[in-house]
Amino acid sequence: MTDIFASLPVTYELNPHRLHERLTAAAEREGLLDVAYRTVDSPVGPLLLAATSEGLVKVAFGRQDHDAVLAELAEAISPRILRAPARLDAVARQLEEYFTGERRTFDVPLDFRLARGFRLSVLEHLPEIGYGHTESYAQVAAAAGSPKAVRAVGTACALNPLPVVVPCHRVVRSDGSYGQYAGGEEAKRILLTMEAA
Amino acid sequence: MKPFEQIVAEHGPMVLRVCRAVLGEADAEDAWSETFLAALKAYPELPADANVQAWLVTIAHRKAVDVTRADARRPVPVGEVPDRAGRSGRPDAWEGDLWDALARLPDKQRAAVAYHYLAGLPYREIAEITGGTADAARRAAADGVKALRAAYPLEGAHS
Repeated sequence: MTDIFASLPVTYELNPHRLHERLTAAAEREGLLDVAYRTVDSPVGPLLLAATSEGLVKVAFGRQDHDAVLAELAEAISPRILRAPARLDAVARQLEEYFTGERRTFDVPLDFRLARGFRLSVLEHLPEIGYGHTESYAQVAAAAGSPKAVRAVGTACALNPLPVVVPCHRVVRSDGSYGQYAGGEEAKRILLTMEAA
Repeated sequence: MKPFEQIVAEHGPMVLRVCRAVLGEADAEDAWSETFLAALKAYPELPADANVQAWLVTIAHRKAVDVTRADARRPVPVGEVPDRAGRSGRPDAWEGDLWDALARLPDKQRAAVAYHYLAGLPYREIAEITGGTADAARRAAADGVKALRAAYPLEGAHS
């Protein structure tokens, strides 16, 4: 008897997106969508974008494992997480403009709740490094108010929850080499080469 | 705790089948949305060892009871009478007939069949959701399946 139930068609198989969109729209309306996310393609691979109601809270590269990142967001912020592209339309559009060379700065609300203390001071300084420019870890340490904290600047950049949008890729070694990057050294090279063009 | 998106992906189809079976085509999608919206609201407080499947069916059952009560208060529009003939001639039209057969079962049998065969819940858990005993749930499901089998003998049903 059970096998005939298995073949009963329902709308979910025919069109899962429409139902899912209804759910995310209702969740947004009722203030239950704590974290919305989507992915976008980019020259540095697929990017996961996640936003709270306050703003963009996380950008993650493919090599960071998007499922693992979502699980971390569930722990750190809230498990009320849904794939809901609408909240990320603006940043997705701006990223596309950035990667086609039409945009040099990002203008979307940012939620820095995943960074605190000195790491936050570093992140707040990074947007002051202009498009196409770089600073050394030592320069950033000085600008963030702790000239000796060069290593901590490296950590702050490596753990930047909002790479690309908050430009930690513009922080390089004093000898001019790229240094480490959450998206991998190749991604850092792509971004800096693009910005230098 | 898993991101809620994963709960929707894993259990969405099952919940829709249950809603479709218990409420019929017209109300199934509303019930599905309301079930997951209510689940999303309560999700952060769900105990780590909870049976997510049973939890979702419990919420869906409450939504179904709400809808059934609301329906009882408003006159049934003539246009919603199920049209058993053909359903636009799709090759899967017989499956529409099976949904209709489910719809004609008494409420208790329909719920027991849906929660056991579509949601995969044991009778003990079904009894907690619908009230009554596990044995009563088992009997209701057996009676329901017997009625369905009488209406739609399996031989040739898939051809």
